[in-house]
Amino acid sequence: MLFKFPTASQAREDEVTPHGLYLSRRALIGGGAAALALGGTAFPLDARAATFQVPTTRKPADAALDTVTPIKSATTYNNFYEFGTGKADPADGAKALRTRPWEITIDGEVAKPLTIGIDDLLKVSMEERIYRLRCVEGWSMVIPWIGFPLAELLKRVEPTGNAKFVAFQTLMDPERMYGQKSWVLEWPYTEGLRLDEAMHPLALMAVGMYGEILPNQNGAPIRLVVPWKYGFKSIKSVVKITLTKTQPPTAWNRSQPREYGFYSNVNPEVDHPRWSQATERRVGDFSRRKTLPFNGYGDEVASLYTGMDLRVNY
Amino acid sequence: MRATLNALLLSRWAKPVVFALALVPLVWTVWLAWTGELGAEPILESVKQSGLWALRFLLIALALTPLRVFTGVAALARFRRMLGLFAFFYASVHLLTYVGLDQFFDWHAIGTEILKRPYITIGMGAFVILTALAATSTDGMVKRLGGKRWRALHRGVFLAGLGGCLHFLMLVKGWQTAPLVYGALCAGLLALRRWPLRLPNPRTVRTLAPKPQDG
Repeated sequence: MLFKFPTASQAREDEVTPHGLYLSRRALIGGGAAALALGGTAFPLDARAATFQVPTTRKPADAALDTVTPIKSATTYNNFYEFGTGKADPADGAKALRTRPWEITIDGEVAKPLTIGIDDLLKVSMEERIYRLRCVEGWSMVIPWIGFPLAELLKRVEPTGNAKFVAFQTLMDPERMYGQKSWVLEWPYTEGLRLDEAMHPLALMAVGMYGEILPNQNGAPIRLVVPWKYGFKSIKSVVKITLTKTQPPTAWNRSQPREYGFYSNVNPEVDHPRWSQATERRVGDFSRRKTLPFNGYGDEVASLYTGMDLRVNY
Repeated sequence: MRATLNALLLSRWAKPVVFALALVPLVWTVWLAWTGELGAEPILESVKQSGLWALRFLLIALALTPLRVFTGVAALARFRRMLGLFAFFYASVHLLTYVGLDQFFDWHAIGTEILKRPYITIGMGAFVILTALAATSTDGMVKRLGGKRWRALHRGVFLAGLGGCLHFLMLVKGWQTAPLVYGALCAGLLALRRWPLRLPNPRTVRTLAPKPQDG
């Protein structure tokens, strides 16, 4: 085709901030905060991994509407029940998480099962993507992730014709992830996507944010980011990815199936049984704003659900 | 020991000191909000903190009578009304922060939420009970209602307490520990009132008999 129309979240050539400039700005305004946030991470940071020299490939269409959330908020206000149910718990508790050595196994309905160390995985080409993140609890953030499309990882293992779904699993380590000793959820945490959702270009495997390596409380060393779904779908600290024939069980759905569906697409029309999903508060804002269908990514992902009743498949 | 404690609690400074202490959570939360230390979501955090303190003061007020019976420190009864009113005060702050900060006076949304969300319906119910109890907390109202009717009405405090705990349990994601602990404490205090423990010491048991100034 002669003309290529960029989607709303795709950054234009001229919008891409050169990384050097980005870093110098960060040094001016955010250096202190970034250093503070990273001070909490327990693993040794080598010089290469400390910052990512990568282009920004996607950002919100209207930067004024979606300003990037301060890194301090994104690293101190977390849901990561492996480290307690309080929002501030993970920032402190996740210091105990060991992110090296770390391996991810990809198996199931694939031609070439793969087990790969995190440092080998970090060698793939990375990009920065600024995504909205909408929590099922009614708050949201805008986060600049560093990562690569999940599809690239899945293509490497060559899914067979039987593969219809992708199951994800978080590390199981009750000694360090002391929340796993509680019965708030069934551990280890599990999540899942339909294969076409997983192959969608917006689905990202993130290894960093705000130009730095991923802080432990945000799901180090590697996590999923699915921006059009509620935040709990974006599973943290992933160790296993399994391609399956049938829909895999997922942690929140197992815990309360009426409240948390397998799809869990952001949908202002379908309330959580206990609260409205029509509005959200962007962390740091005073007033609430309207929640957008598919978290504002409808142009790109709505076609995945053509013909589906999204009230039934919530 | 018991005599010292009684004397201390009967001193003229005891009530002002307890009053000032009961305001510490409010002052502390406002201070944290002012200095930007209330976390990334200061609005939700203030709603949460005021709600928690309402529950805590309610439980403390409810614990005073069993505590007085167990320890024989009769002067504890002096603080029951004040601490109960502090429970109402923090519940009011909780409601006001929800209405004014979280929802920003969006009356349509608030009305819909009260009717549609059982946890908010229950929370509002508990608040209505607390309001009725606060309104009838004066000596004059005790006289006007008569001791028997006043007591019957004020047994509603347990309903408010259980309602508050249920409200807490229903709003969190998953089966979390904290609301279950509050619920168990409230149910335990209710059970103590229904089936008071028999204590062997006759001097202690005597304090069980209701005295007019306990009201």
